[in-house]
Amino acid sequence: MTGIVNKTEMLPIKDSSDVVFVRQRVRVWTTQLKFSLVEQTKVVTAASELGRNTLEHGGGGELEISEVVDGIRKGLRLKFSDKGPGIPDIKLALSDGYTSKQGMGLGLGGSKRLMNEFEIESTPGQGTTITVTRWK
Amino acid sequence: MERIPILRMGNFLLVTIQVDMHDKLALTLQDDLTAKIADVGAKGVLIDISSLEIVDSFIGRTLANIASMARVLDAQTVVVGMQPAVAITLVELGMSLPGIRTALNVESGMEYLKETVIDYRNGEDYDGDSEQD
Repeated sequence: MTGIVNKTEMLPIKDSSDVVFVRQRVRVWTTQLKFSLVEQTKVVTAASELGRNTLEHGGGGELEISEVVDGIRKGLRLKFSDKGPGIPDIKLALSDGYTSKQGMGLGLGGSKRLMNEFEIESTPGQGTTITVTRWK
Repeated sequence: MERIPILRMGNFLLVTIQVDMHDKLALTLQDDLTAKIADVGAKGVLIDISSLEIVDSFIGRTLANIASMARVLDAQTVVVGMQPAVAITLVELGMSLPGIRTALNVESGMEYLKETVIDYRNGEDYDGDSEQD
């Protein structure tokens, strides 16, 4: 992950109304960064997918929203972290159609397509951190 | 408890989703709508999502479930008013919502429902009665 972090905001993800709040805050940040409507929609949708993963699979956690600067370009970075069971097979979890419980199995792979950078760190038994960035 | 209102208009049920739905609210809508279809014997369901700023995989799946459940209960569903940015994002996410009938606005959605229900009734005249014997 490249870029200098400018400012950040931390949000808890403890229940499904927190996921709604995450969407609203990410929307505000993308608007401030003057992302186009389509870009805003993509970032907010990715945030919703990843926030739900943090809640459902990670047993709750938090989101750090940051504005990042890399040379002349600016972007929005979202870091979702939980202390849940972790992802045993990341490659499998990223493939479309993979689902651990009921769902479309599009959460991880889909959000990867909606963002520019995507990074997963996961240790079984200790938790998962997913960091995504969308550049303007 | 928070709920999304369901309006009845003759044989049809109309739903306008105007809030940013959390997952439980989406599931409540799914249950309420399914119960209402069976309750009033609705033949068509129109869901207006023009106020929704995003549709993620959960909401997409809920809409698909509603359409399938309605079909099993002998009703047609049409989802209307999706914003273009939402459509772009949904397809990129990997959801093209197969099995969901869509229309650009409420008016053409209603037209579709009326046509399908009328076609269906005309077809039923020939063999529909025999089932009741």
